[in-house]
Amino acid sequence: MDNLIDIKGVTHAYRTKSGPLPVLDDLNISVPEGEFAAVVGPSGCGKSTLTRLIAGLMKPDRGEVWLHGERVTGPRRTVGMAFQNPVLLEWRTILQNVILPLEIVAPGMPRRDREARALHLLEMVGLKGFEHKRPSELSGGMRQRASLCRAIVHKPDVLIMDEPFGALDAFTREDLWQTMRDLRAAEPFTCVLITHDLRESVFLGDQVFVLSGRPARTQAVLDVTLPADRTLDILFEPEAQDMLHYLRDQIRIAQGRDGETH
Amino acid sequence: MDMMRKIAVPIAAVLIFLCLWEALVWVNQWPNYKMASPSDLPPAFWKFRHLFLEMGWQTLWRTVLGLCIAVVVGTGIGVLMGFSRIARDALYPLLVGFNAIPKATLVPVIALLFVGQHDFNTVLMAFLISFFPIAVSVGIGLSTLEPEYRDILRSLGASRMTIFWKIALPKTLPEFFGALKVSVTLAFIGTNLVEIVSPHGRGLGALFKSGETNGDYPLMFAVLIALAALGILLYYAVLVLERIFAGWAERPSG
Repeated sequence: MDNLIDIKGVTHAYRTKSGPLPVLDDLNISVPEGEFAAVVGPSGCGKSTLTRLIAGLMKPDRGEVWLHGERVTGPRRTVGMAFQNPVLLEWRTILQNVILPLEIVAPGMPRRDREARALHLLEMVGLKGFEHKRPSELSGGMRQRASLCRAIVHKPDVLIMDEPFGALDAFTREDLWQTMRDLRAAEPFTCVLITHDLRESVFLGDQVFVLSGRPARTQAVLDVTLPADRTLDILFEPEAQDMLHYLRDQIRIAQGRDGETH
Repeated sequence: MDMMRKIAVPIAAVLIFLCLWEALVWVNQWPNYKMASPSDLPPAFWKFRHLFLEMGWQTLWRTVLGLCIAVVVGTGIGVLMGFSRIARDALYPLLVGFNAIPKATLVPVIALLFVGQHDFNTVLMAFLISFFPIAVSVGIGLSTLEPEYRDILRSLGASRMTIFWKIALPKTLPEFFGALKVSVTLAFIGTNLVEIVSPHGRGLGALFKSGETNGDYPLMFAVLIALAALGILLYYAVLVLERIFAGWAERPSG
């Protein structure tokens, strides 16, 4: 099996007071090892549910999630997660925050090695010199950088990100895209990124999956044919612009507004 | 300079308060049996200095012991309520109802239940009156933990215990200390309640009672001041603990 992540016919509904609310309907997504999959779709279409299913935090009503040729039945240590909220622990320093997953995954790892690993990552994302600060002393963008370090400190096979840059201003967000690109070049991992930002999906993704409105199914898949070492300027090239137009159209269809003027 | 101000301002405020008090008594020409003035207090303290030390210690250790039990039991109940919806639904009405009972009414009940067990009764009251805020705040702190905090460890396969020790418990510490500041004063009131309502010759409450019996009004006022001082001492002790264990929650000002 070549795919690291295989989502096969996943259907899921939430039980609410007014009956079941279907969020995912026969969803199929495959991500080959080392690839970056961006998932876009209208608000409330079940994208966050998808992250929890891949992480094994929930079980789908129907269908299967496979990681590395094994069916996901619960949480696994080969997964890293990052959210829109950096969820750093205020009582720990940045360094201690980044180390946290190692305390769970590799309890026997010497402290010196843990710290060296965390410091290495912090330096890569430009947080050298901030390792002994508290999260409250850092800006929103810096906190999100630390959160990314924590998500990959234990060298997970899969990094799952749920709108990690959604709360940042436009320029900080672009900075973090580049940080993400550089991290991937240095530390290969397979990535699933949930986002609302089409430019983000094209800049970072190898494939972009467009989900339809609720209940979500795979509406379109776009292969991003840009080179791996992308710069922000590439987003202004005609090739990228065509992809963005295509995605925008697909989102419009997903929102059920096909007939509107462009 | 900052340190100077931190110490000098409160001391100046206390001195001004004592001066106003002295002036009030002096202007009205109140006799001692109506209201003692601050200048009457040092002689009273000196005269009964041994009793103050002995009784003060009695009050102090029983309050602290009661509070310690309240911390253990209150945290236990809070953890139970924080993690189990059923426990929360079951315990809330009981706790709120119990908390609503004026604790003075419990003094005779306890005195009859455990006849002659003065130390035990006093510690029990200090505990009963002070565990409620701790239980509620720990319960609320745990039950309002954002799911993402749990997920960052749960997605790695961490056990519930690990999540509790590494995330849930430290995250509730600021709420816990907020409640402890309320509880420490309550425990102190509980101790004195038993010492005054059900006097047995121990504690500052008993000393107050004896001042009343003997018509020694300066002594009564001196006891009140001693109680206030002890209350401040306990409160600041909690503050120091908070600094040590939850100082991270304090944002840099400015």
